[in-house]
Amino acid sequence: MTRTPAPADAPVPGVWEELVTSALLGTDRRTPPGCEPGPRAPAALLDAAAAETVRRRAGLCPARAARRPEPAPKDPRPPLPAAAARRLTMLLADRPGPAGGGRRGAAPDLMELLPQWLATANARGFAAPPQTVPALLDAARGRTDLRPAALTFAGPRSLWLARLNPDWRFALRATPGGGTALPGPEATERVRRLWEEGLFAERVALLASLRAGDPVAARDLLASTWTTERAEDRLMFLDSLRTGLEPPDEPFLEQALADRSRNVRATAAELLSALPASALATRMAARAMTCVSLDRALDPPAIAVEAPHECDAGMERDGVVAKPPSGRGERSWWFGQLLEAAPLGTWSARLGGRTPEEIVALPVTDDWRSDLHAAWCRAAVRQRDGAWARALLGAPTAPEAGGPGAVSLAERAKLLGTLGAAERAEWVAGFIATHGLSEAFQLLGMCGVPWAPPLGRAVVDALNIARDAGSYPWSFSGVMGLAERCLDPSEASRLDGLLAIPDETEDASPGAGGYWAEAFQRLVRTLRLRAAMAEEMGAG
Amino acid sequence: MTQQGVRWTADQVLALAPDAASRNASGELAAAGPWSEVGSSDEGTVWGLCKGSGSQPYQTVVDISDASGPAYKCGCPSLKSPCKHVLGLLLLWADGDGVVPEAKAPDWAERCTAQLRERTREKRTADSSGPAAGIADPEAARRRAEQRAGRITAGATELEQRLTDLLRGGLAGAEQAGYELWEEMAARMVDAQAPGLASRVRELGAIPSSGSGWPVRLLEECALLHLLDQGWLRREHVPDGLAATVRSRVGLSASADGPPVRDRWLVLAQYDTADARLTTRRIWLYGARTERAVLLLSYGAAGRAPEPALPVGLALDAEVSAYPGAGQRRAALGGQFGPPAPTELRPTGMTTAEAAVRYGEALRDDPWLESVPVTLEQVVPVPDGADWQLADAGGDTALPLPPAAGHRPGLWRLVALSGGAPVKVFGECGHRGFTPLTAWPAGPGPAVALC
Repeated sequence: MTRTPAPADAPVPGVWEELVTSALLGTDRRTPPGCEPGPRAPAALLDAAAAETVRRRAGLCPARAARRPEPAPKDPRPPLPAAAARRLTMLLADRPGPAGGGRRGAAPDLMELLPQWLATANARGFAAPPQTVPALLDAARGRTDLRPAALTFAGPRSLWLARLNPDWRFALRATPGGGTALPGPEATERVRRLWEEGLFAERVALLASLRAGDPVAARDLLASTWTTERAEDRLMFLDSLRTGLEPPDEPFLEQALADRSRNVRATAAELLSALPASALATRMAARAMTCVSLDRALDPPAIAVEAPHECDAGMERDGVVAKPPSGRGERSWWFGQLLEAAPLGTWSARLGGRTPEEIVALPVTDDWRSDLHAAWCRAAVRQRDGAWARALLGAPTAPEAGGPGAVSLAERAKLLGTLGAAERAEWVAGFIATHGLSEAFQLLGMCGVPWAPPLGRAVVDALNIARDAGSYPWSFSGVMGLAERCLDPSEASRLDGLLAIPDETEDASPGAGGYWAEAFQRLVRTLRLRAAMAEEMGAG
Repeated sequence: MTQQGVRWTADQVLALAPDAASRNASGELAAAGPWSEVGSSDEGTVWGLCKGSGSQPYQTVVDISDASGPAYKCGCPSLKSPCKHVLGLLLLWADGDGVVPEAKAPDWAERCTAQLRERTREKRTADSSGPAAGIADPEAARRRAEQRAGRITAGATELEQRLTDLLRGGLAGAEQAGYELWEEMAARMVDAQAPGLASRVRELGAIPSSGSGWPVRLLEECALLHLLDQGWLRREHVPDGLAATVRSRVGLSASADGPPVRDRWLVLAQYDTADARLTTRRIWLYGARTERAVLLLSYGAAGRAPEPALPVGLALDAEVSAYPGAGQRRAALGGQFGPPAPTELRPTGMTTAEAAVRYGEALRDDPWLESVPVTLEQVVPVPDGADWQLADAGGDTALPLPPAAGHRPGLWRLVALSGGAPVKVFGECGHRGFTPLTAWPAGPGPAVALC
């Protein structure tokens, strides 16, 4: 509050200041105004200061208002039902328990349910209660996996708020159109101004939002200042082309292949290789083709590999990194990069008109099989090629699917990502039925939520088998946690038979039955809670 | 008075929690798993057996039949009150999804309930007979009061001496003098049975080197402390109302002897402040009819929640009585005529200029007043450099928020709620600025607690 004394009978200006000076120096050195020097001076000073203090406080006036921020844009979505709003407050208030608590209890972990709650709320199109937006932003700040859903739900007000608090700047970066109130095509001048004067985060967001609606304008905008951007900014801008990559992007990317920065060159090459019709992809195909051939002299015929003997300037210009990481042979390193960047469509003609399945089944000479298949896996993921992914994944029931092979579990998980949801779930269900749960965690993470019925059944059956085998439930806590979040709530009743503590058999681990019962209770309770949460949002 | 049919909200339950750890722990217990034999009766009891770490489950019973507050009992060894089992059980019941059925209480629960009710009755009798017992020997009471007044007078005189010494030598030296000096002085005021003086002295000790302008703040507080000393030493010569204020500021407790005022009291804010020994709870109530804000102060030993717990947004039909002293806001809760219930009611507000005047006028009755409760109508939170202010939607004046408020989650809830549009805000308005405590959106919607 401004310290403006009341206008009526205002004291002589400067009295207070003089009192403060006397008080600082001491009355022995400075006699306060209106007092006699001597032993009574301190008390007189205190008397005067008390009167002045009360006078000053009583005379306080409001301050002048500062410039008001632009009001937040309207959120047209319907408000959240009251019960769901209360639930959200509880979910957001839940903090993880003390670290190192060890065994998970029998109660649901609310924080883990937040992502799903947000997904449901977004699917139903509800608006966040404004006062919950700061907590949503804080949650999104701490957990990047939560970000897209939390920011979508938090809506336009979150971007409005993020402009006022530097802690939430990430929201401007993470959201297409970050708080720029979306300058449309008609607002070219505004776009240009923001592009030239905006914060980096705002520029990235602007580019992303523009790209979603008008790719040509986005590219033109980027090209207009490209040569003057800093290398790390160029890298980020280039990365934003990943979403919605399309053939017309090629000329720009081709130009970026000659960039001063090696990282920019590598990213441009990677993006170009994801466009199978691009010139770069064609050049890579030609190079890759010289390395791979079909040796018909063998019976059965096999793939012969001749890895490149050098990494020439052309390869480097096309993004091949010349120096391998330590422990990796140069030739196999170059070979992997060529294969990964070559369009997969090349191989059928090169290898005798075979289908991807037939190609993957071919033997490979001289131990090159794992290099070759790993490179094809990366290519299938990059080019989002379902047919090749399917071929490389193989049958989920095959013995090598569960163990270490040419294709690791991590790669299988990525390959699964290129398939449709139903096919994915079916593959993983088959995998679990054959190989059990111990290797399934990563694959389960790729499946849509809630789990399709066959997948859910496979997981529950496998947990049941693990229990009967006498192990402890915490060996499966990862899968258990996933099941709590991903199992269809309507499966809860099917689990009733697992809630009781079974009689202890001789070969069972001591007490395991009780812990399993607790783990299943927790699972069922979490499922019921999820059902209640859905119901509160009218999603029954 | 039974509470049949009036289920509590989860907020109401959580407001009972003594600390954040209990709140979190209770959430884990608010699920059917560890519980068995749960039920509730229409006489207002809830019971259940909770499986703990021991072999025997804990017997947990809550009696909510008394409108003045719940009574509870739990077999667990926790020192916290209420414990997480009580809270968890209440949450389970508040959920209302049929986990806690209406039932006939089992024998053990009946016994617990009977004990609880007996205890409440005893407390009542003790409360009502307490003062009477004290007055049994008025002569002794008068002597005790005189002795205490004598001690306070000696303390105030010593403090005056200390203040004049300080001013004679100059405040500039205070920065070097260190905190121990003030702590020792505060301890002497505690010995003098003047806790009000003691806490003011302790606050003085924190002012030197507390950032720019500290000499001004130190002079202000020294002067007000001097004013309080003088008020006490000459209390025979000041008007009765002011004398009562001086007595209460010095730390002499009085009982709330104002006439009981029955109203629908809207709960405007509830917040706790804690130090190592004591948790202080402040609850602001607003009378729908009397249009007046009163303060309920309660205390709890560390780790125990002070009672009562009244969540923001509820209203209760009750009587309150004011404490003595001119302009006194503090009141005591008397009879309640029903459980707290959700309300659409909002307090009427004023402009920022009117709020500043309200504080200035209140200083006439109590010059030591830090702030007054105020509802601001139609204000917008506005950033002002690193700080924030609440600006009138229809004018160009504003009240600044104290700098520390900028770091609290409550401020951001307020800013988010407003979104740049006018809101209604209740808070404490004083010479440091306006501390927002509760806000209401411009349109319909519940009160949002900011503290």
